[in-house]
Amino acid sequence: MQTDVSALHLILTHDPALFAIVRLSLLVSLTATLFAAAIGVPFGAFMALIRFPGREGAIVVLNALMGLPPVVVGLAIFLTLSRSGPLGSWGILFTPQAMIVAQTVLVAPIIAALTRQTVEDLWAEYRDELAAMHVGPARRVATLIWDARFSLVTALLAGFGRAAAEVGAIIIVGGNIDGFTRTMTTAIALETSKGDLPLAIGLGIVLIFIIILINALAWGARRAGERYAG
Amino acid sequence: MMMRAPASDLPIELGNIDIMVGDVAIISGLSLRLSAGQPTILIGPNGAGKTTLLRAAMGLIPVTRGHVTWGGKDIAPPTGRAILFQRPTMLRRSAAGNIRYALACAGVPRAQRASRTAELIGLVGLNGLERRPARRLSGGEQQRLALARALARDPAVLFLDEPSASLDPAATKAIEDLIHDIAARGVKVVMATHDLGQARRLAGDVVLLHRGRLVEQAPASEFFAAPKTEEARKFIAGELLV
Repeated sequence: MQTDVSALHLILTHDPALFAIVRLSLLVSLTATLFAAAIGVPFGAFMALIRFPGREGAIVVLNALMGLPPVVVGLAIFLTLSRSGPLGSWGILFTPQAMIVAQTVLVAPIIAALTRQTVEDLWAEYRDELAAMHVGPARRVATLIWDARFSLVTALLAGFGRAAAEVGAIIIVGGNIDGFTRTMTTAIALETSKGDLPLAIGLGIVLIFIIILINALAWGARRAGERYAG
Repeated sequence: MMMRAPASDLPIELGNIDIMVGDVAIISGLSLRLSAGQPTILIGPNGAGKTTLLRAAMGLIPVTRGHVTWGGKDIAPPTGRAILFQRPTMLRRSAAGNIRYALACAGVPRAQRASRTAELIGLVGLNGLERRPARRLSGGEQQRLALARALARDPAVLFLDEPSASLDPAATKAIEDLIHDIAARGVKVVMATHDLGQARRLAGDVVLLHRGRLVEQAPASEFFAAPKTEEARKFIAGELLV
């Protein structure tokens, strides 16, 4: 009980350490989700619309990548960005940038796979009409992405949820450095192991609140959009 | 006033075409010439090949054998042709958004799209519904919106696939009035239906299909007054063609 009160006290008094961690977490996860969307949405649409040998196998692989183990991704990014790795010259290991890279790798397959399914379903509906209107490939992709935009919000939310809740990859490539690469999830893991439960619980409450808030905003935007566009 | 595209797609010639799906012949040895003029109505029972014939004439599906030409050309982008499907798909936009999209696809300059959209909305009688999501319109309203979308490219030829199959009499009349109006503007209408009454009301000439074959083609007055084939006589008499 005392622990819970202390956690709430940290939140209500806008504890600087706690909110610095929250800010960094949001920065990393939202940026990673944006990058992942920039990669995943066009790639998913491409997979939905283009027929090529081995496409079925590629879809199976893409779907499987949704379940990438974060620690394995973290290890791979670590090896890539370490001083002796192929991208070691970038010098971003143990920085927020490395954490964004890791989360982008984790989230992009989720957004791509969900986009592929969404766009493919819509394409089945639209195929005849777009053919009759003589719509070319580029406009076709743009049309399907635009008309699926409210469904794609769900894909982005799934991606953000994965990024925000992830700990295994960013703790490896970020190092959990206090005041620099410490996020909500890595801080919760660390503080719990140290026995500092108020901060861990406070961060947990904030994390859940943020995820509910972002989902609520997205849901509201989706409903408003559907009322407008059907 | 709508400016109709040049009738460069006419005549449409289907020369001894076969259309197979797997081993099944949907159309067999069918020849047909569609020229400018009064509406041509394709009639026949379900499975006669009406929809397949419309799609082949539109250029949406290839023929297995034979040839299709549009204005004498083997390959002609469907810029002067449009089709209204039996169950048109509404894009996830407003009613006006659907028309604006079709206008953009047809290459209408952005500056002209608002006035053309208003013109087409008025033509199909959807005034006041411009901002409503297209998918929330009634079945009859969706058909009229799809018709407006088809007209966005000012087609010389308009294919209609049972456009009132699932509509009530009032909505059917609204569609038929529109078809009369469109035909009067010089657009060649080619329509599939299995509704003989509708064929009588709209047809300039009639094409009877059965089991993928052209059974009879004649001006509507001749076809209904003096059918030349046994199948046509049975179909007009309301007997089952099996």
